[in-house]
Order: sequence, then structure tokens, then C-alpha cells
Amino acid sequence: MAQAAPKAEGLHDCREAWVAALEDCAAADRRIVVVVNDSVGSSKLGSFQKKFPDRLVNVGIAEQVMVGVGAGLANGGCIPFVSAASCFLTGRSLEQVKADIAYANFNVKLVGQSSGVAYGELGPTHHSIEDFAWLRPLTNLTVIVPADPWETAEAVKWAAAHEGPVYLRLSRMPVPDIVVPGRTFQPGKAQVLREGGDVAILACGTTVHLALDAARALAGEGIAARVLNMHTINPLDDEAVLAAARTGAIVTVEEASVRGGLGGAVAELTSAHEPVPVERVGFPGFVPTGSVDWLFTEYGLSQDGIAAAARRAIARNRK
Amino acid sequence: MTQLNDPVPLIREKALWMRRRAFRMVHEAQLGHPGGDFSATDIMATLYFGVMRFDPKRPDWAERDRFIMSKGHATGALYTVLCAAGYFPEDWLDTYMQPRSRLNGHPNRNYLPGVETNTGPLGHGFPVAVGIAIAGALSGSDHRTFVLTGDGELQEGSNWEAAMVAGHRKLKRLTLIVDRNRLQQGAGTEETSGLDPLDEKFRAFGWQVVEVNGHDPAALLAAFATPTDRPMCLIANTVKGKGVSFMENKASWHHGVPNAEQFAQAMEELV
Repeated sequence: MAQAAPKAEGLHDCREAWVAALEDCAAADRRIVVVVNDSVGSSKLGSFQKKFPDRLVNVGIAEQVMVGVGAGLANGGCIPFVSAASCFLTGRSLEQVKADIAYANFNVKLVGQSSGVAYGELGPTHHSIEDFAWLRPLTNLTVIVPADPWETAEAVKWAAAHEGPVYLRLSRMPVPDIVVPGRTFQPGKAQVLREGGDVAILACGTTVHLALDAARALAGEGIAARVLNMHTINPLDDEAVLAAARTGAIVTVEEASVRGGLGGAVAELTSAHEPVPVERVGFPGFVPTGSVDWLFTEYGLSQDGIAAAARRAIARNRK
Repeated sequence: MTQLNDPVPLIREKALWMRRRAFRMVHEAQLGHPGGDFSATDIMATLYFGVMRFDPKRPDWAERDRFIMSKGHATGALYTVLCAAGYFPEDWLDTYMQPRSRLNGHPNRNYLPGVETNTGPLGHGFPVAVGIAIAGALSGSDHRTFVLTGDGELQEGSNWEAAMVAGHRKLKRLTLIVDRNRLQQGAGTEETSGLDPLDEKFRAFGWQVVEVNGHDPAALLAAFATPTDRPMCLIANTVKGKGVSFMENKASWHHGVPNAEQFAQAMEELV
């Protein structure tokens, strides 16, 4: 288990980390191949293609056969990484993901690029905010959402070594490094990034750094917020979620629909075992036209929006 | 010309056993898809007893030829051919569709040795077969990949994505067999959403096309041996319900199941 590297300044596109880690894995393991749907550029796979030209299978704009070919490559002894815009990978080929990958339990890595609302103004056809709800119930499929470049690389390396289907949900949105001493990546185990006993903020992916910002702001008001990085949506870290519930108030934050994703998973679990107010920050459904930044602000995926949700959750707990 | 090692008698014997055994399974379970089982039976018996390279003791052998049952509902044919080929004991067939049986209504590779991928929803097996053939090409293996689809199944668009990719990549060790019985669940294929001219469609996608009688093992053996530099499509003309007089060419036998009298009559005819 590696620990996070020291902080690099500024914001980073996690796709750089994805492709660098993938190339390292591919150099070490000949079985690794990539399958794309004309998505070499958007998956940042140009240099992979140069280094391993025979190991990049471009099926053209055809997501159903793309995922089916992934299953077949696994049958033939390869370790395929099927990389495409997550809206098409999960939506267009959902039945292939269900039947050919999860149910058949093939050793295929599905890599959803530009997930969430990364495509901003291109609109809900190109957004992928439903993917958690679609994929979370699928038996055998591990769902991982890295928060920064380090975690992206860790997730890619883990997926390459893990025997079984994985969905890696990546983003093109620039994010800062998450700097917490002793941070480790272990699939299925949430990271406690900050301790606190008044409320717990459970975030994933691009929203983790915003949750930390909100916790710092809340500390100024005397509210101690615990922050968890929920990098694994399936299987959920039940123990960490139930411990979080014992703070008395939970906020979930995800660049996804508030229906059926991280918030839904947390609500399912807590309602059964540790009933607690759960405020879900995310998108209510199809969103209007707007840039990524505007959408994040408008729907409360921000320091202020998350802090406000935390105050609401605490107030509901006191009723 | 009969040779000492002519596999046709064995294929015929196995096909007869498959039909009788599958129909008994369907009768006992009162579930199944016997019409499509019987149209595919001779094709599958020919593959397993005259064409394919495999070792039932090593179902994960990397160099094995693969057979993918894309029309996954035809489990009567698939389970009986795998049993006949030695992948599992015959008493497993008695559990067909019973609670917690390995023999689900649609095949699951995690339950049953010899099943290459899980099928059931139509249009899934063909793309997976293309992936297997690509893996073989990447590794330089000479294994062959055979995939059998129903003809009505070709109405699913994913098959044509697969046909494009295979044609583009000239996957010469991939063979698609279309079980051309001209009937789908509710009616004829041509009156539902017509497939003809099917041969021209596949040729236009870059495939070698061979039309064959899907109930003639000798003709099938010759067709499977056709030299090719590209993926090959065998359009196997078949009869849904083949072998039982009251089932032949009846769409209602897609998922019809026999009563005791029909079962007895079928056993008299299947000899």
C-alpha cells in the first residue's frame, strides 16, 4: 500500500496520471490491452498507442461491441481496459456491462472518462451523472472514483492487478492534490481525511477537495466535521459509514445524481442500521445549460454549498 | 465415400442423443426452448464431434477452440452437447432449471465448465466472440472461435457492430453460424423485420459467406473446412423443431413444452 506523495502545487488533470500508470502497467504485463470507441484523444491514449500500437483495439463508434470485445479479450487471456466517455460506456452499453462483464464476471476494467458533468455546456446527453445508480447494484463490479492524480494512479495499478471486473470513474476536471499525512488507498476502505464529531461529510472524486474546504470553513464556526473520501462506491465501506452516522448528521457529496449514487447507498445503509439525517449534495436530474463551474456552484457542489448542507443536517439532528 | 475415421456416424449418434435428452429435460422442467434447440443440434454436434479442438478436463486451456452460444435460450442443445463432450456428468442434466441448478435457463460460465460466456439477451455472444478472436490474433494463437446466432437475433444492432469490426480486422479464425430457421418467437423473420439477402449483407461487411444445409453433418464439415482469409459466415438453413413432426416449422415451439402424449410421440420419432 503506497502513501500519498507530497503536495504538488496547482490543479491537475487526472487523465495524465491514468495514462502514465496504465503505460507502466502495460510495460510490465503483456496481457494488458486497451479497447476504445474512437476515444484515443479523449482518453489521452496517444502515447500509449505509440508505445503499444498492437495493444490498442479501436472498434470505432460502437459501444456495445466495445464492451463485448472486452469480455472476449478477457476470455482469451488479456486484461482489457475499456476506455470511453462514461456517458456512452455506461449508458449505451449498460446491458453489456451487466451481462457480459458483471454477471459473466470477466476480468475487464471499464474506464469511464469525462464523467459527471465534465462536458458542461454539451448537456445531459453527454453528462454521466446516472452511472453510479446504474452500476452500483451490479454484483461483482467494483466501482472506484479517484479524487486526485495520486489516487488515480493507485486505482489503475490496483485494477490491473485485481482479478475481477472494475469500473474506474475518471474525470477531466482539474483537481488539487489531496494532502493528508498517512493517506493510503485500499479499495473498499474509506479514507478519514479529517476527524470531527459534529457531522460527517462523505465525498468522492472531484468533490473531495471541496468537502475539505467546507470542513475548514465549518471549523471557523466551531463545527467539527469529519471528512471521508468514499473512493469506492461498491462495495461500500459499511463500517466507516455507520461510524460516520454516529456523529448524528451526514452529508454526501458527489458529481452525480442524488438518486441512487453515493447518497443513495449511504441512505440505504443508515436507514437500516443507524437512522440519521442525510443531506445529499449532487444533481437532482437533468441540468440546464451551463459550464462545469457554473453547474457546481448552482447545485451546491462548493465550499459554501457543502457547509450549508452540513448545517442543515446538524439542525435536523437536533429536532 | 466412407472413411474409417469418418465422423459423420458419431455426429449423427450424438445429435440423436442430444435431441432425446434435451426434450426429456424440457418435458421434466416444463420449461425451455425446444424448437431452437432442435434447429441448432446438428450444427453443434458437428462442431464438437468433428471440428473443434478441446479438452473437457481443461476447460480453461488457452489453446482450445471456443464455441459461443449467442442464442443463449437454446440451453437444451448447449447443455446436452457439453455433457456429451465430457464437460460434466449426465446427472447434472436432471437438475435443468431446478432451484440452484448449475443449468440455468440461460448459460452461466461460472456455473458450468465449457460455457465460454454468459448469454441470454440477444446480440451479446457475437461481440464477445469477436473479442476472443482478436485475443487469438494478438497472441498468435491458431485457435478458432465459433459463434452461433439465431437468425431473428440478427435484428439486434450489436451484431452488425460486431460484423463490422470482424470484417475490418479480417478475423479469419472467426466463424459465425447463423441458425437460419426463418422463424422467431412470434412469426417468420421475413414478415417481422426481414433479413434477406443475408449473404449479401455479410459479404458487404467483408465476410466470406457459405450457405449450407444445417442438418447435414457431411455438408457442415465441408463448410467448416472452407479456406478463408477473412471471417466466415455459415448460413445454415435449418428447420425449427427439426426431428419431431408436430414441432417442425412451428413458431409456437419456440418456447413450447410437451405434454405427456407429445413427449411419448417425440420419443417414438427420435430414433
